[in-house]
Amino acid sequence: MTLHAITVLGHDRPGIIAEATGILSSLGLNLEDSSMTLLRGHFAMTLISAGDAASAEIEAALVSLTEGGDLSASVRELTREEATPSQGRSWVLSVHGGDRPGIVSSVVGRVAAVGGNVTDLTTRLAGDLYVLVAELDLPVEVDVDTLRDDLREVAAELGVGVSLHEVEADEL
Amino acid sequence: MSSPEAPGEARGHAEPPPETVNQRVAEWNEAELGVEGTLLGVVTAPAPVLSAEGSRVDPTAPEVVQLAADLVATMRVSPGCVGLAAPQVGESVKVFCVDVSEHPKTRDHHGTFVLCNAEVIESSRNEKAREGCMSVPDLTGDVKRATRLVVRGQLPGTGETVTLRANAFEARALQHEIDHCDGFLFLDRAAGAHAIHARKTYL
Repeated sequence: MTLHAITVLGHDRPGIIAEATGILSSLGLNLEDSSMTLLRGHFAMTLISAGDAASAEIEAALVSLTEGGDLSASVRELTREEATPSQGRSWVLSVHGGDRPGIVSSVVGRVAAVGGNVTDLTTRLAGDLYVLVAELDLPVEVDVDTLRDDLREVAAELGVGVSLHEVEADEL
Repeated sequence: MSSPEAPGEARGHAEPPPETVNQRVAEWNEAELGVEGTLLGVVTAPAPVLSAEGSRVDPTAPEVVQLAADLVATMRVSPGCVGLAAPQVGESVKVFCVDVSEHPKTRDHHGTFVLCNAEVIESSRNEKAREGCMSVPDLTGDVKRATRLVVRGQLPGTGETVTLRANAFEARALQHEIDHCDGFLFLDRAAGAHAIHARKTYL
């Protein structure tokens, strides 16, 4: 049983997911985690599959999806990694303001500097407005007030606003 | 305005909900059941019982009174647990317990109580928050729930019908437990395709 990371990218149209997952299913592959969205109207899907098919076999099967030339697919074998649950806390970072180069790299650079891990991230450009929303795992030893000051400093340099708030799941 | 000496069992729907905390429910505790609760195992998804609509029960039946005591006992020994519904212990019936009195997000509350055959009468002012559930231990989800709620159900043992007004975290907990009794998990209420998350912290 091997794991593969499979990506499908390209021009969006109805039926891509049905077709792609049908191909994987016919190879006996099981879909584990997957994520799909539209990025500026382009179809973008990444998924992890488990099964016995070899990479070359999966690539060959996906040709029927990509031979039209408007979609590309990639297949890469992965080593199975045990998820190591972090002991940190989850935070949501929001940044928005006028678009300019370097917003993402500058802001998440400050997060990386304290050992914070980005676990989910979305950016959207709408006209001149640039929006970044990221979910972060911050190690318990991180001083959040200091990080927030850091982020405000870099945001001020970029002329954007930043906010950071904890997302705690309520046990029910 | 509650009147403990004249419970609304016979009048049912006629009694309006109290404007604040229902004193009868607030004063209720599991000692009224008169039986010792036994600890039960909690089942986890994808157990089919969690997705089946629970049957209505006779709140005065001895097995329902015992189940009520068992639910409270099991909730008490589970760290951070503020509510437990019968399907979570493998019983496909409409019975649940709640106690949010120790939770920081609680505003008004009714302490520990058990309701049978509960239903939401009114709800308003939705807010989104992230929920976790003992029956879905590895995931959390962003769910919109009403923060103002009126619920009607029956107390186990006496079977009297009670109507209570809940807000803030107690309202969220009640909706989560009533959902369990109706065969729904927070997964069924996800606020969007990216609203289900792998759990990041383990207690």
